[in-house]
Amino acid sequence: MAHFITRNFGKYDVFSIDSYLSIGGFSSLKKALKMDKEDIASLITKAGVKGRGGAEYPMGRKWSQARQVTRPHHCVVCNADEGETCTFKDRELITQDPFNLIEAIIIAGWAVDAEDGYIYMREEYAHLCPRLINAIEQARQRGFLGKNILGSGFNYDIHLYSGAGAYVCGEGTALIRSIEGKAGRPRMKPPFMKQSGLFTRPTCLNNVESLSIVPHLLHDAAPYLAQGTENSIGTKLISVGGNVNKPGVFEIPFGTTIRQIIYDLAGGIQENRSIRLIQFGGASGKIADDSVLDLPYTYEDFAAHNLIIGSGSILVIDERMSVIDFLRATQDFFLHESCGQCVPCREGNRQIKFFLDKIKAGTQTQEDIETMLTFAKVMPLSSLCGLGETAQNALQSAIKVFPEVFGLMPKAQGEQA
Amino acid sequence: MFEDVSNFKLTKELTAKLDAVLNAHGNDSTQIVDILLDAQDLIEQHYIPKIVAGYIAEHLPTKLSVIYDCITFYDKLSDRPRGKYPIEVCNSIACRVNDSDFLLQTLTKLLNIKPGEITYDGRFTIELTDCFGACDRAPAVRINKVVYGPLRSEEEIKKMLEKML
Repeated sequence: MAHFITRNFGKYDVFSIDSYLSIGGFSSLKKALKMDKEDIASLITKAGVKGRGGAEYPMGRKWSQARQVTRPHHCVVCNADEGETCTFKDRELITQDPFNLIEAIIIAGWAVDAEDGYIYMREEYAHLCPRLINAIEQARQRGFLGKNILGSGFNYDIHLYSGAGAYVCGEGTALIRSIEGKAGRPRMKPPFMKQSGLFTRPTCLNNVESLSIVPHLLHDAAPYLAQGTENSIGTKLISVGGNVNKPGVFEIPFGTTIRQIIYDLAGGIQENRSIRLIQFGGASGKIADDSVLDLPYTYEDFAAHNLIIGSGSILVIDERMSVIDFLRATQDFFLHESCGQCVPCREGNRQIKFFLDKIKAGTQTQEDIETMLTFAKVMPLSSLCGLGETAQNALQSAIKVFPEVFGLMPKAQGEQA
Repeated sequence: MFEDVSNFKLTKELTAKLDAVLNAHGNDSTQIVDILLDAQDLIEQHYIPKIVAGYIAEHLPTKLSVIYDCITFYDKLSDRPRGKYPIEVCNSIACRVNDSDFLLQTLTKLLNIKPGEITYDGRFTIELTDCFGACDRAPAVRINKVVYGPLRSEEEIKKMLEKML
């Protein structure tokens, strides 16, 4: 296990700014205020940080582009709406290191010339709101927020907004609509967020974990740069759940194998059962069987094996659950969470559910399978937002990994793929 | 004034509390979700009665239709009475593979209600909900913002319910 992003965990009283200051808190902000803004973005680029919410967009580039937008009244939004199934890493970051997140959002504001920062927190984490409100309030009292922060002439404040249990609000355009006081339905892009996002202001949207790395990088990037692999630098927070003995959040250097994660960190499978499947990156992630156990956890190795790191969750399911039951459960989730605006997502999810029911009952025909696959192919191409685009990731990867479940011959499918 | 045919009465006390909530959020209509969540918590049955929705609409620069768009869109907002202790049972895959079926069946048996129903005394409802990020405590339930889990045996479930009495 690594300790870079989680460096402060358990080191200070999360309700006291003095305690945070005593371990060197806000020193990264002071450093940032003296730095060239482009250098901050370059540092992040050098560390190769990719968006940790799931989209994997290079974060340094995002900040650099955000600052270059010439329209006024920039803002920063922190996405703390981690709704992906089995993802709870941001929960730990907010629980154990709230001041670091606040510091990070201030640094982000400085680096992209923003006037306001917003935190969009899922309702499910409402019990963590008091510690964030407290952190914001104390930071305000000490002059880390407000007018002329630390004499730099930089004015900035942070606002906390709550979601109310809509998975789709993790999608950028839905999230901003929710903060604007509307139902969180996604909209078409463009205009892109960096040009016209929250309240039509240029918006820089980042995940909790992505932001949380920044103060540590500014403090001392060397330990981060020394870990990981060539194309996946540093460490990552992962959340492991399902049928493992010790589910939880772990910080690992990139390059750790799946076997080490599941058997060493997460304590192995309950009652030593065998693994049916592993899903990476939440409900919208892809699945694999136990043949990937020796795969290193890196962006490049995952891409080569048709997997995604996504939100950083690892859901391990043992032999007691069948692949088709798993797909049905995932399908129910997307059917429920689809906002219903666009036909491909709303109807596609419904129809695929019917086909999966048929497969479970064993009454499917070859035509059913083909139609289902067509729908699964059309949805990502034609859906309005990321939800519809990724909803069939699990099904599409299941067809490749477990062709026998669909009554397909493994070899024939391999040739098509 | 807005008409509400249910028995719910907008008392002076509740009005004062609603005003406090609206004030705390600066009568800011962008905070509508936060306001509705707070208002819902003020009411013992954890829902937004029509008359309360109307009251909020009258005191914010927003329309009643926007408020109902939000109430019906977001899972955690309800326009129907729920239990004093709404039991949100996690229905996501990480809890399901940890036998949340047993948890759900036990709750159903002990409380004698099905998911979506309310007990005769208005104390409990059982609701199926998506992942609330407590997969390290699976199978889990969440009641009024507090997570309880793992709940693997009937004894543990009974103990959890007794805390609500």
